[in-house]
Amino acid sequence: MTYLSEGSDWNFELLADYDKAIADIAHNKYGLDTYPNQIEVISSEQMMDAYSSVGMPVGYNHWSFGKQFVEVEGRYRRGQMGLAYEIVINSDPCIAYLMEENSITMQALVIAHACYGHNSFFKGNYLFKTWTDASSIIDYLVFARNYIADCEQRHGVTAVEETLDSCHALMNYGVDRYKRPSPISAVEERKRQREREDILQKQVSELWRTFPQLQPAARTREAATRFPAEPQENLLYFLEKNAPLLQPWQREIIRIVRKMAQYFYPQRQTKVMNEGWACLWHYTLLNDLYDAGKVTDGFMLEFLQNHSQVVYQPPFSAPFYSGMNPYALGFNMFQDIRRICENPDDEDREWFPEMAGSDWLQTVKFAMESFKDESFIQQFLSPRLIRHFKFFQIMDDDRNDYVEVSAIHNETGYKKVRDALAEQYNLSIQEPNIQIVSANLHGDRALTLRHQRSDGRPLDEHSATEVLRHLHRLWKFDVHLESVENGTVTESYSMPPVTEPITVM
Amino acid sequence: MSYIIDRRLNDKRKSTVNRQRFLRRYRSHIREAVNDAVNRRSIQDMEQGERISIPQKDLSEPIFHHGPGGQRSIVHPGNKEFNQGDRFKRPEGGGGQGSGEGDASDQGEGQDEFAFEIDKQEFLNFLFEDLELPNLVKRHLEGAQVFKTRHGGIVSQGMPAKINIVRSMRQASMRRRALTAATRRRIRDMKEERETLLQQDQSPQRQARLQELDELIARLERRVERIPYLDTVDLRFNHHIKEPVPVSRAVMFCIMDVSGSMNQDMKDLAKRFFLLLYLFLERNYDQIEVVFIRHHTSAKEVTEEEFFYSRETGGTIVSSALKLTRDIINERYPVDQWNIYAAQASDGDNWNDDSPACAKMIEEELLPKMQYFSYVEVMPRAHQALWDHYETIMARHPGAFSIAQIDEPGEIYPVFRQLFKKRMEEA
Repeated sequence: MTYLSEGSDWNFELLADYDKAIADIAHNKYGLDTYPNQIEVISSEQMMDAYSSVGMPVGYNHWSFGKQFVEVEGRYRRGQMGLAYEIVINSDPCIAYLMEENSITMQALVIAHACYGHNSFFKGNYLFKTWTDASSIIDYLVFARNYIADCEQRHGVTAVEETLDSCHALMNYGVDRYKRPSPISAVEERKRQREREDILQKQVSELWRTFPQLQPAARTREAATRFPAEPQENLLYFLEKNAPLLQPWQREIIRIVRKMAQYFYPQRQTKVMNEGWACLWHYTLLNDLYDAGKVTDGFMLEFLQNHSQVVYQPPFSAPFYSGMNPYALGFNMFQDIRRICENPDDEDREWFPEMAGSDWLQTVKFAMESFKDESFIQQFLSPRLIRHFKFFQIMDDDRNDYVEVSAIHNETGYKKVRDALAEQYNLSIQEPNIQIVSANLHGDRALTLRHQRSDGRPLDEHSATEVLRHLHRLWKFDVHLESVENGTVTESYSMPPVTEPITVM
Repeated sequence: MSYIIDRRLNDKRKSTVNRQRFLRRYRSHIREAVNDAVNRRSIQDMEQGERISIPQKDLSEPIFHHGPGGQRSIVHPGNKEFNQGDRFKRPEGGGGQGSGEGDASDQGEGQDEFAFEIDKQEFLNFLFEDLELPNLVKRHLEGAQVFKTRHGGIVSQGMPAKINIVRSMRQASMRRRALTAATRRRIRDMKEERETLLQQDQSPQRQARLQELDELIARLERRVERIPYLDTVDLRFNHHIKEPVPVSRAVMFCIMDVSGSMNQDMKDLAKRFFLLLYLFLERNYDQIEVVFIRHHTSAKEVTEEEFFYSRETGGTIVSSALKLTRDIINERYPVDQWNIYAAQASDGDNWNDDSPACAKMIEEELLPKMQYFSYVEVMPRAHQALWDHYETIMARHPGAFSIAQIDEPGEIYPVFRQLFKKRMEEA
C-alpha cells in the first residue's frame, strides 16, 4: 500500500496523481460519463473575480458585477465569509477552479466534487442536455463580451448600461420554458447577428407602419385582432422582436441577456440535485480511495470534517438558519436512494416498490439524468428522510391572524410535506406568473402584461413598479401590468403612472 | 482526460472595470461620504481609504417577485415540538422569512446599508475630483534621481539573462550558411559528378574516381559538420538604456501667524487647510518639499512640530514672513526648477503700516516666482487692512492669487474646493 501523499501540501504532480486516481474509479468502477476536465489553479483574488461574474469565465462589463465584487471582497477581507472551495463551469471541456490556498485534501475533494460530480451532471441531466450547449458557451461569452464592448465604443457606456439594467431586471422572464433552441456555433452566431440587425429592423418597421395608404393590409386587419395571438411568457424575446423603437444593437443586447438567462436556467432548476450528486460522488470516490489504501487517516479526517460541514442542515430554530441547504438535502436523498436499493426495509418496499432491491448505480444515474429538483423530490423523498430532517409544513394565510402547522413528519404528513417541499423548488410557482397579453398596434401602442395570481399572492409593489420602469424603457410606450385572480383584476400598475384605473381589454 | 493549468499568474484584477463602473454609478453617494470624512477625520489619517455606505434601496436591481400576503406554505427542517394543527401567532417579519428559495435578497427589500471600502487612491481621487492646480507644471531634469529603462536595440555583448534567442539563432544560421557555402557547393558538384559516373558504364578509372569522390565528399561533409551550430560570436543581447526621467517638483510654503491672537483652534483650522493642500500637491507632483514659516513680529523657519504646536506671543508683522519666503526661494529653490506654492493662514491681524508693504512684496517679488499663492483668514469677524490689500491683488492676478475666509472646520473643504476648482474659462 502506498499513499498518494502524506502531509497537506500540494503540487502539480500530486494534483495530477489524485486526478488520475479519482478518474480511474469514477470512469472504470462507476462508469460516470464526463466531459474532459480543465482544472485551473487560481489565487483567492481570482476566485473573487470568478465569484462576482456569476461564474462566467468571460463576462461582459457591468456595474452590478462590480457591486458583487466589492461586496465579496469586503466580506472576505473582514473575515465574514470564506470563499467557496470551487467554481465549476458547464462547458466542454469542463472548467473547474481550485484555490491555491487549499490543502491537498481539499483539492482532492474539489476534484472529485466538481470534475467528476458536477461534470457528469452537466453532461447527463436532461435539462442541461436540452437547454445548454457546453461546447459553444465559452465562444458565445467571448462574442457577447466583445459585442457589448463594441457597443460601448459606439453608443457610450451609459446607453449600454441602461439597456443592460433593463434587461437584467427582466432576465428571469427571458427564458423559453418549453421550446428548445438549437445550438449554433460562435462563427455562425456572428454572421447571423449581422443579418439579424438588418432584417429585424425591417420587420419591426413593417409591424408598426401606420400609414394606411402605404399598407393596404392595414385596412383589412381587424382592430380587435389581438397581438400577440397567444400570451407571451418570454418577455425579453417579445421585446427583442417587437419593441417599436429599439436600435438594432439594443435588440442584440436583449438577445445576449436572454441567452445568458437560458444558459443559467437549468442550474436554477437543479440546485439540490446538482449539489447532491456532486456530494454523493466526492463522498463515494474519496472513500474508495481510502479503502484502496491510497490516502492517509489524516486526509480522511480532514475530508470528513469538511464534508460534514458542507452537508449540515441547521434546524429552523438556529440563529444562522437560512432555508434549506441544497447540499444537505441532495446528498441525503442520493445516499438514501442507494440505501433503498441496497438495504430496503418494509417501509421502503411499500413506498418505492420498483426501486427497492434494484441496482443502486443504475437508479441514481436514472434519477440524475431524468429529473429536476421539483420532480426529483416528488419522486424520491422517502419518509425516512422526512423523519431524519424533521420536516414540518407551515401554512401562512393572510386571512388568518395565525400560522398553522399543516403537516409534520408522521404517517399522515409524509405526502403533504413532500408535495410542499417539491413545490418550493418549482420555479414557475416561486416566480410570479407574468405574461404579455397584448400590444396595442393601432392605438396608443400600449403594452399590457398580466400577472396570474395563485393562492392570492400579490406582487411586491415597489419592485413591480421598478421593473415596469425598465420595461417602459425598452418598449418606450405605455406599459400596463394587471394582477388577475379568478378573472378579476385585483391590482394594476402602469408606467408612466395613470390616475384613473385602466380599462381591461 | 484532464488538463491542469496554473492560472495564478494571470491577471488578478479582472473585476477592476466592473468595480469602476460601480463607483462611477454611485459617485454622488461616494462623494458625499468623502466630504463627510474630510470634515470628520483627524489630520493624521486623511490619507486612508474610506468605508462607504449606500442605502440598499438605491442600488437595488429590481425583479418581479411576490410581496407578503396570500396563502403560502413553507417547509422547514428541525421540528421539535410542533404537531399537526398547532396554531401560533405569525412571527414578526411575516412572509419576509423567505420561501425556502436560496435567494434571500429576492424576498423583501432590506433597508440595510450596502457598505464597502474604497482605497486611499480612490479616496483621494474623489476628494480632489474636479480640482486643478493653477498654472503650469515645470518639469526639471535632475541628475541621479529617477531612471526609466528603455529598450535600446540589440548588442553583441551582454549578460546571459538578456540573450535574444531569435536574433542569436538567426545570426548563427547566417554564419553557418556563409562559412559552409563554398564547401557545400563543392559537395553538390561532386555528388552530381558521382551520379553521372554511376549512370555510365563502370570502368577501373571510373571506379577509382568514384572511390576518390566518396572520400572527398565524406571529408567535406565532416568539415561542414565541424562548423559549430552556435558560436559565441553569434550571441546577441537585448540592450536596455537607463534614461533619466524628468521629475516635477514642488515646494510648498506654509506661512502661519503665531501671534498671541491665534489660538489652538485657529491653528487647527489652518493645519487642515495646509494638509489638504499638501495632499493635493502630492498627487500632482513627483516630489514635494514643505517649508514651514511662522511669524509674529519676526519670521522663522521651523519644523512641522514647532510650526503647529508651539505658542508665542507678540504683535504681528506679516511682511517679515514674506521676506523670509523670498530669501528662502532665492537661496534654495531656483525658479526654473521648482514649482512654488504658498499658503498663508492668519487671523488677519497685522500692523496697519505693514499691510501695503505686504501687498507690494507679494505682487512684485513673490508672485512672479510662484505658481500660486493662497491666503486663508481663519477668523469669523470683520476683515482688517490686510484682507483689503490682498483683495486688490486678487483682482489683478485672478489665476495666481486667491483669498478666502474660514470660520469653522466644516468650511475648510468647500473653501479649498473653491480655491482650486477647475477654471472653465481658463481651460
